[in-house]
Amino acid sequence: MMPKQDVIPEQTAVSWPIVMSVSMAGMRRRFSRAMITMVGVVLAIAFLCYMLLNETFVQSMIAEGSDDLNILLQNANVDILSGGGTDQMTVLLIGLTLLTSLVGIINAMLMAVTERVREIGTLKCLGATDQFVVRTYFVESAVQGVCGSALGMVLGLVVSMVVNLKTYGWFALKTFPAGGVVVALLVSLGAGAVLSVVAAIIPAYMAARKQPVEALRVEE
Amino acid sequence: MISCSGVTKVYVMGKEEVHALRGVSIDIEQGEYVSIMGPSGSGKSTLFNMVGGLDTPTTGEVQVAGCRLADLNSSQLAWFRCRKIGFIFQSFNLIPTMSALENVAIPRVFAGETPRAAREAARRVLDRVGLGHRLDHLPSQVSGGQQQRIAIARALVNEPLIVLADEPTGNLDLHTGEEIIDLLNEMKANLGVTIITATHDMKMLSCSDKIVRIEDGSVKRVDTQADVNVKVGTIDGETVL
Ligand SMILES: Nc1ncnc2c1ncn2[C@@H]1O[C@H](COP(=O)(O)OP(=O)(O)OP(=O)(O)O)[C@@H](O)[C@H]1O
Ligand SMILES: [Mg+2]
Repeated sequence: MMPKQDVIPEQTAVSWPIVMSVSMAGMRRRFSRAMITMVGVVLAIAFLCYMLLNETFVQSMIAEGSDDLNILLQNANVDILSGGGTDQMTVLLIGLTLLTSLVGIINAMLMAVTERVREIGTLKCLGATDQFVVRTYFVESAVQGVCGSALGMVLGLVVSMVVNLKTYGWFALKTFPAGGVVVALLVSLGAGAVLSVVAAIIPAYMAARKQPVEALRVEE
Repeated sequence: MISCSGVTKVYVMGKEEVHALRGVSIDIEQGEYVSIMGPSGSGKSTLFNMVGGLDTPTTGEVQVAGCRLADLNSSQLAWFRCRKIGFIFQSFNLIPTMSALENVAIPRVFAGETPRAAREAARRVLDRVGLGHRLDHLPSQVSGGQQQRIAIARALVNEPLIVLADEPTGNLDLHTGEEIIDLLNEMKANLGVTIITATHDMKMLSCSDKIVRIEDGSVKRVDTQADVNVKVGTIDGETVL
C-alpha cells in the first residue's frame, strides 16, 4: 500500500512558473498589501532614475559645446569644467534612499509573513516544502520590486523631462541622449529588482522555518 | 495500519514540564472511523500531530503503514503529508486568497500534477461534496458549513490513507455539524479511507467504529462499535465532557 520508509521519496519541487502563478493570484487578491510594499520601491527608484537621467542630460549638453547652452548650464549651477559629475553628497543621498527602501521592503515582507503564519502552516500540512514557501516569497517580492521599479522609472523619466525642458528649453530635446537614457532606465529597473530580491531573503527563510504545529496554533 | 506505542510528549517551558501525552499506545486499522474524545488539554491535538507527521514524540514510536515517521526528513514528511494524510481543521483553514477550486487543487499541485489536471480532479471532488456550483467562490463568500465541505474535498483530493479531523464540527451549528459528520461517514464508506476525529460531539460516536477516551495524556478506555451500542444509553449520564 505504502512504500517502506527507505523508499519514501522526497517531495517533488513545484516549478517556478507554477509558483509564479500561485503567487500572482495571491497578490491580485491582496492588492492593497502589494501596493503598500510597492510605494517604497516606486519612490526610491524614481529618485535614482531622476538623478541618473539628469546626469546623462547634463553630460550630453556639455558635450554639445554651445555658448547659449553653457550659459543655461551655468545658471543651473552645473560645474562645466569638472564635466558635471555627480558630487559625493548626491551619491550618498542616492545610497541612503535605496537603503531606506530596502529596509521598507524587508519590513513589509516580514509583515506579510506574520500575517500569513497560519496559511504557511496549512500549506505545509497539504504537502508544501520549505522550498515552495521560500520561492513564493521571492517571487512575490521580485514581482512587486519589478512593477514598483517600472512605475518609479516612468515617474523619474517624466519628472526629469519636465525639469530639463523647463531649464534648458529645446536644447533638452536637441541633445537628447537616447542611449544614456535607456541605460539609466535599465539601471533603475535592475536596481529595483535586485533590491527587492535581496530584501526577500530574510522574510522568505523565516517563513519557511515556521513549523506547522506552531503555525496552526496561532489564532487569527 | 497506524500504530502508536508508548508515545509520550513533554513540552519544556522554562523550568516547567508539561506532559501532554504520557505513554499512549493505540492501533488503528485501515478503513476504521475512530473518534478520540477527551476534555480540553487532554492531548488530542498533540496525538493528531504525531500521526500526521507534524510533530515527533519525546519517546515512543508512531508507525503509519509500517513506516516510522521519526525516520523521515522534512522533504519526505512533506511527501507523506501530501499523499497519505488529509487534514481537516476546526477553523477550516482554507487559503483566503484562493477560490474553492484552487484550494482543493493545491495538494495535487504539490503532488506534482499540472495545474490544469489538478483543477480537473478538484472539480470532481467538489462535485462529490455538493459544491460543484461554488467553484470560483472565495472562502469568505461561502458559509462555514460550505467552507468545511471545501476543506473535506481538499483533504480527500489526493486520495489519502488517513483523514485527520481535529474537531471538524467545533465551529459549526448543530445541524451543519451533523451534515459534516454524515459527509465524512459517506466518504469513509465510499473510499475506504481511515478517519480519525477528535471531538466533544456525542453525535460523532454513533458512526464510530472505535472510541478512544483520553484523559490527561493517557488512554482511559477504548470502546468498539459493539460497546457503543450497548452503552449509548449511559454515555449521556457520564460526566465524559
Ligand atoms: N507547544 C506547546 N508548549 C507547551 N505546552 C503545550 C504545547 N502544545 C500543547 N501543550 C499542552 O499540552 C496539553 C495537551 O494539549 P492539546 O492541544 O493536545 O489538547 P487537546 O486535547 O487538543 O485540547 P482541546 O480539546 O482544547 O483542543 C495541554 O496541557 C497543552 O497546554
Ligand atoms: Mg485540540
